[in-house]
Amino acid sequence: MAEPIAFRVNGRACVPGVHPMRRLLDVLREELALTGTKEGCGEGECGACAVLIDGALVDSCLVPIAQVEGREVTTIEGLADGETLGAIQRAFVEHGGAQCGICTPGMILAAKALLDRVPHPGEPEIREALAGNICRCTGYIRIFESVVKAMEPRGERGAP
Amino acid sequence: MPAFIGQSPPRKEAFAKVTGRARYVDDVVLPGMIHGVTVRSACPHARIRGVHFGEGVAWDEITVVTARDIPHNVVALINDDQPALADGVIHHAEEPVVLLAHPSRALLERARLAVRIDVEPLPAVLTLEDSLARTAVAWGEDNVFKEYWIRKGDVDAAFARPDVLVVEGEYATGAQEQLYIEPNGMIAVATPDEGVTVWGSMQCPYYIQKALMKLFDVPPEQARVVQLETGGGFGGKEEYPSILAIHAALLARKSGKPVKIVYDRAEDMAATTKRHPSRTRHRTAVTADGRIVALDIDFAIDGGAYSTLSQVVLSRGCIHASGPYDVENVRVRARAMATNTPPHGAFRGFGAPQSIFALERHLDLIARRLGLASDEIRRRNFVQRGHTLSTGQVVRDDIDMGAMLERALSTCEWHARRARFAEENARGGPVRRGMGLATFLHGTGFTGAGEKHLASVVGAEGLPDGRVRVLAASTEIGQGTSTIFAQIAADALGVAYDDVEVATPDTRDVPNSGPTVASRTCTIVGKLVEQSAVSLKAQLIGAGLLPPGYDGAQFRAACARFVRERGALRATAEYVQPRDIAWDEERFVGDAYGAYSWAVYVAQVAVDLRTYEARVEDFWALQEVGKVIHPLLAAGQIEGGVAQGIGWALFENVVWKDGRMQNDRMTDYIVPTSADIPPIHVVFEERPYAGGPAGAKGIGELPMDGPAPAIANAILDATGVSLTRVPATPEAIFDAMEALRG
Amino acid sequence: MRSDLADFELVRATSVREACERIEAGYRPLAGGTDVMVMLSAGKLAHRRWVDLWGLDDLRGIEETPGALAMGALTTYTDLRRHPIVVREFPMLVQAASETGGIAIQNRGTLGGNIGNASPAADSPPALLAYGAELGLVSRDGSRTVPYDAFHTAYKRTLAAPGELVARVIVPRAAAGAERVHFYRKVGPRQAQAISKVCFAACAEKRGGRVHDVKIALGGVAPTVVRAVEAERAIVAGEPSARVCEALMRVVVPIDDVRSTARYRRRVAENLLRDFLGHVGLAS
Repeated sequence: MAEPIAFRVNGRACVPGVHPMRRLLDVLREELALTGTKEGCGEGECGACAVLIDGALVDSCLVPIAQVEGREVTTIEGLADGETLGAIQRAFVEHGGAQCGICTPGMILAAKALLDRVPHPGEPEIREALAGNICRCTGYIRIFESVVKAMEPRGERGAP
Repeated sequence: MPAFIGQSPPRKEAFAKVTGRARYVDDVVLPGMIHGVTVRSACPHARIRGVHFGEGVAWDEITVVTARDIPHNVVALINDDQPALADGVIHHAEEPVVLLAHPSRALLERARLAVRIDVEPLPAVLTLEDSLARTAVAWGEDNVFKEYWIRKGDVDAAFARPDVLVVEGEYATGAQEQLYIEPNGMIAVATPDEGVTVWGSMQCPYYIQKALMKLFDVPPEQARVVQLETGGGFGGKEEYPSILAIHAALLARKSGKPVKIVYDRAEDMAATTKRHPSRTRHRTAVTADGRIVALDIDFAIDGGAYSTLSQVVLSRGCIHASGPYDVENVRVRARAMATNTPPHGAFRGFGAPQSIFALERHLDLIARRLGLASDEIRRRNFVQRGHTLSTGQVVRDDIDMGAMLERALSTCEWHARRARFAEENARGGPVRRGMGLATFLHGTGFTGAGEKHLASVVGAEGLPDGRVRVLAASTEIGQGTSTIFAQIAADALGVAYDDVEVATPDTRDVPNSGPTVASRTCTIVGKLVEQSAVSLKAQLIGAGLLPPGYDGAQFRAACARFVRERGALRATAEYVQPRDIAWDEERFVGDAYGAYSWAVYVAQVAVDLRTYEARVEDFWALQEVGKVIHPLLAAGQIEGGVAQGIGWALFENVVWKDGRMQNDRMTDYIVPTSADIPPIHVVFEERPYAGGPAGAKGIGELPMDGPAPAIANAILDATGVSLTRVPATPEAIFDAMEALRG
Repeated sequence: MRSDLADFELVRATSVREACERIEAGYRPLAGGTDVMVMLSAGKLAHRRWVDLWGLDDLRGIEETPGALAMGALTTYTDLRRHPIVVREFPMLVQAASETGGIAIQNRGTLGGNIGNASPAADSPPALLAYGAELGLVSRDGSRTVPYDAFHTAYKRTLAAPGELVARVIVPRAAAGAERVHFYRKVGPRQAQAISKVCFAACAEKRGGRVHDVKIALGGVAPTVVRAVEAERAIVAGEPSARVCEALMRVVVPIDDVRSTARYRRRVAENLLRDFLGHVGLAS
């Protein structure tokens, strides 16, 4: 029943042979060894599995792989340029946005989806944009702070 | 002058976490690894008549473990009453009965559903009230796992005084799920030569080792435990991982293959430990001018079906039940009760949030009865340095709760806001606002003689490149263990933060620094980190390798040279209880904790009278925690704890039916999102504590204690409705308002 | 993941006609997956054969005519939130969309899926009912238009015939000069990412300060989302608010469940009605 499904992940083409109803989450983790995407609930409630499809935030546990055919998927592994962190990642490091780290990949992608669309969101927009990503450690305050700081221009340029 | 303590360097594992490279248990795949699942009981109390393996499943391909396969069927903890798999009798719903392993998870799920446990039901005790009333017996003769008493002064004589008013109240708190975002998981390998090795998500590697040693009857070197990156714990990975490690190890031993068990969310929520539900009765004698003369407290918690850690949770709840107040006569009766529900366990605060909720709610009730403001009743009763707490412990901390209260009230503009809200509320709009307060303390480290018994050990070793590695079993679970240990060691050694690394907890390589619980990691273990680093430095000085006023480069050179020329550079430090601490476990008298952290929390709450929703609009958290090692991490701990406290206060409602959690999914068990958390204003007061590294005290649990009572008190201020139970869901607020209307 | 994918079949439809044929043959439609995939993960997806609509661009897009807006069944919540006419003229749809799940859900959840799933607690159906929506159904044999308020016949049951698919959701635009009052309130367990306990949507048209037409709909209070037609009539007839409430409560028949209690839902429904009446100047 497996079929080849062609799509791109972090800029690279791949064609795993999988059941069309397989969850994107499982394909990423088990077929492509991209384990940065986490499973927290399996029902689209926690956002730990969030990735971008063509730039839009989705919960990868709710996406059947058939619907990814021909699309571009961005996971946490695609955000740093080698060892150089992206601006949001760097802000999370410097401003305490990550504690246990399990929600962090999804949270960073949710922040990226926001900042790619709205370069200078206010706090209500940040809160709304992250509301589908549950963090049990931080109380969100340092995460807001990290997103705000990620918007600030910096001297040196990192990856986007 | 410390170079790193008091600064906020990036957390050690931050890069791995923001790039997705950090390896959690479900990210690890070993060659030939297969998966394990657990078949659980559906009923709360029953005799097992038989286990049937249904048709349509190739059972010969599946590794099956039952109680009969277990050498010594017990999960070692305190009383060793919990079996690894139920044998003969089921004591709670979701109790593990059979384990299955196979390479295909899809096939395993089919097999799990095909196992039928044939039972003869027994009478079950499903609530704390039923356990206290002994409607049936779930444990021993009277359902009491443990009972403690605190007796200070003469309570009965105080109540007989003609000049006191007696105020009574009853308060309750519900179960709370830790809801770490990474569910529990473990991988095990078993070989005849090396014994058992497990890797997983955990707080306490040596608890797991002890459990494996007992169950398999093997020496420590045959039971190795390695922590992987751990996606949150909050107490939920304190004792439960022991049973999971045992299960994975049993399957690995029988199958001869590496076995991974990772729970999905539903299983983790339904089957693993939660915060103990509680019920507290208060009877208080208070004079007309608001001095509390006597506290008579009956505190009971629901321990579930096995004793696990309940007695320890109970002792902390019992000792914290009388708060930061100077009361001459105190009696606390504390009982941990058995029910036929899954065992309740450790969760941030460990019994203290439950008893503090009752006390802080009760104080507001007393204040109203006396016509006093809620700040005033507290102001008139705060304990001072030199006073005694309920156990007779003399307060030695340099503390001034009165001054902290004034500072908190002025920071939050308490009086101005209350006046404004009173005026606005009087206009009769649909939204009413109020302010609520909680003042409390939280003991650092294990209770009583616990630290003495633990006798924790920390090591430090020089590395060939001249850097230093800290060796401890204390786990990094998001709270910042690795980072603060490196800061403490760096300052003690006089080297750069980056020149210190912290070893991954692996029982083969690190000494037993005790469990990662009880706000003890920074203070107790951190002090040992400091001492071991100092001792390591002394060796280099003793060897004549470190010149006076050395710099980091000189240290590295000296360390590298020592390792190169003499083989190993290692130092250890073991906990020695300070001589001035004394504790009588039998009578519950003496120094319950080496030090306390102190706090004043304030909540501003709005209640919508159309929907009965309470919303926290603003929150202030002022605390005295000794020296703050890492301000950013410390603030993160407070904010995260406050958020969990808000959840417990307003949303987090475990719905039970026949001893099973009904809302075992994140859609229906409601924790706060980013849209539910108010601004949290965190203020630290720092009065260094001689027993902690650079003066640090405990911090992790403290923020769990204050939010629920502060929020419930604010709801009272806003609406006049006194909620005696959390969570204060809209349904509960509605019911209370209807009851008030009569 | 508790399901065995070997038990399931997913075929990708290349045309609406093919999708209809599949549905007639016993397949069920899969759109954004925000409900179906949850059930799949939980091992509770009873139906085995699914037809994927996601590639059908014929079911996408929002078309405007002078009198109405026709939204394709695959219109996502995000599409609704960003469409200028929806934003300007149908603010309750925007509000419902923005209060459904988080951003990741809004990017995937669809109007058609929300209707087809037929949950009594869904967020956009009450708004659609209050706007007097119609559904465009298609089948292999053709198409028909039905009023949305007749669509949900019982708990999780609809009047779609076997082989029929919701293709369009049509909402009439306000007549020129009409003053519309939109009132939408979702009551869930928290501020975001929540399932409704009670959802109340009402749209009133006023002329000369008087309500001459109103539609009220609720979610979470009955086996289906419901219109409160008698309450609407009572309002237009100028009856006192106590009578309007009485009429409303005849369709409010909630249950106790894991998310709330019947008595709470009843009272909140009543409170929200009173709030709405105050909002349109019919003081209670």
